[in-house]
Amino acid sequence: MAGKQYQNQMTDNTCKIHVTNLKKNFGSLEVLKDISLDVTEGEVVVLLGPSGSGKSTLLRCLNQLETATSGRIIIDGHDVTDRHTDINKVRENIGMVFQHFNLFNHLTVMENMTLAPVHLKVASKEQARQTAVQLLQRVGLEDKSEAYPSQLSGGQKQRVAIARALAMKPDIMLFDEPTSALDPEMVGEVLAVMKELARDGMTMVVVTHEIGFAREVADRVIFMEGGYIVEEGSPEELILHPKEPRTIDFLSKVL
Amino acid sequence: MISILETYGTMLFAALGKTLLMTLLSLIFAMVIGMIFGLMNVGHNRVFNFIGTFYVDAVRGVPLIVLAYFIYFGVPAGIQGIGFSNFRLEVLQAGTIALSMNCGAYMAEIIRAGIESVDRGQMEAGRSLGLPYGTCMALIVVPQAVRTMIPSIINQFIITLKDTSILSVIGFPELTNVGKTIAGNTFKSLETWAIIGVMYMVVIVTLSRAAKWVERRVNRGR
Repeated sequence: MAGKQYQNQMTDNTCKIHVTNLKKNFGSLEVLKDISLDVTEGEVVVLLGPSGSGKSTLLRCLNQLETATSGRIIIDGHDVTDRHTDINKVRENIGMVFQHFNLFNHLTVMENMTLAPVHLKVASKEQARQTAVQLLQRVGLEDKSEAYPSQLSGGQKQRVAIARALAMKPDIMLFDEPTSALDPEMVGEVLAVMKELARDGMTMVVVTHEIGFAREVADRVIFMEGGYIVEEGSPEELILHPKEPRTIDFLSKVL
Repeated sequence: MISILETYGTMLFAALGKTLLMTLLSLIFAMVIGMIFGLMNVGHNRVFNFIGTFYVDAVRGVPLIVLAYFIYFGVPAGIQGIGFSNFRLEVLQAGTIALSMNCGAYMAEIIRAGIESVDRGQMEAGRSLGLPYGTCMALIVVPQAVRTMIPSIINQFIITLKDTSILSVIGFPELTNVGKTIAGNTFKSLETWAIIGVMYMVVIVTLSRAAKWVERRVNRGR
């Protein structure tokens, strides 16, 4: 299978995410059938595939929002599938951005961004506020720190959500269809922030339908279907010259 | 009517005080009971779910009057039966326990429904930042749930206040019980029960107006 060719490539210590034989069932429904995947430091991996192919579930298994049925997931040397691992500690290092933003609606932008760092003692209140201000500048929302989520547009909410995740200073960022719930004119502003993150060397795993983003930013594109990795490769290879019939079929529908 | 108020005024207001005291005590305990069993029903721990559901079903399945008899007469009889022959429960104690248990079961349901009305993504976002479950509940989910729960909680408070009248059956000297005494002594049923009714009404209307004001304040800036 085409997916195998990457298996032995990265066993060195720059490996940030190491997934072997991951399976996930919801009751009798097998969503992930046998996933093995490595992501190295600074790599941007985009997961493509039709809905129901298991991309989001794979992403959510990485920080254990879904518990794996079997298989192993090693993040930065910590086995998150081991029950004795302090999952909260590992999660501090993995930022996640959701399709529906999930900003804390009862808190201001500033409070959204400082809640976790202050509570988990990653930063003092003052440090956390400074970091938040810098991050808000970075995503172009420095004037919104006292606004409530309900006062922001979708694109603004998602940029705040990215900034909130970054406030924990994570090594890895997971994006679960970050632009799917946005009006078309707001997609660009969110993708721009993600591109900048990628350029700065963040390790990223992105589930998206934005083929353009994948072509431009991804180091590697993975095509999933039916709970398997069908094909993976550079954007060039996978998007412009796919080999597997199912990949060709999918791309012909979305391009 | 004036003569009733002249003769029994102090007694009536003392009774109103007892009614309010029992209501207040019961509400405080009911909040605690409701929080405990409500949260048990929210998580996915099977043992907790079972306990929570069992409590709610058991208490809601029994009329308050039966629960009051059970606790005031039944429980002390049982405890005396196993050797503690001096065990007694005061009417206030028994009444407060019964009312707290009853109100607590309804509160548990209000709290469960309120928490479940908060989008699952709020908890997931908190957890993904590394915050523990309890912290996410306390700082993210519950504060948002409270806003949707307030009208139901106020409603339950009013029901509990009125339910104190049921405890006249075990002899607690609250408003309704005193009403019975006065009506019996004076033979002026119409006047007596009109006075009692108005007294309940004034308190409840005042309370619900105050609660509406609180509700508006909490929802400001939403």
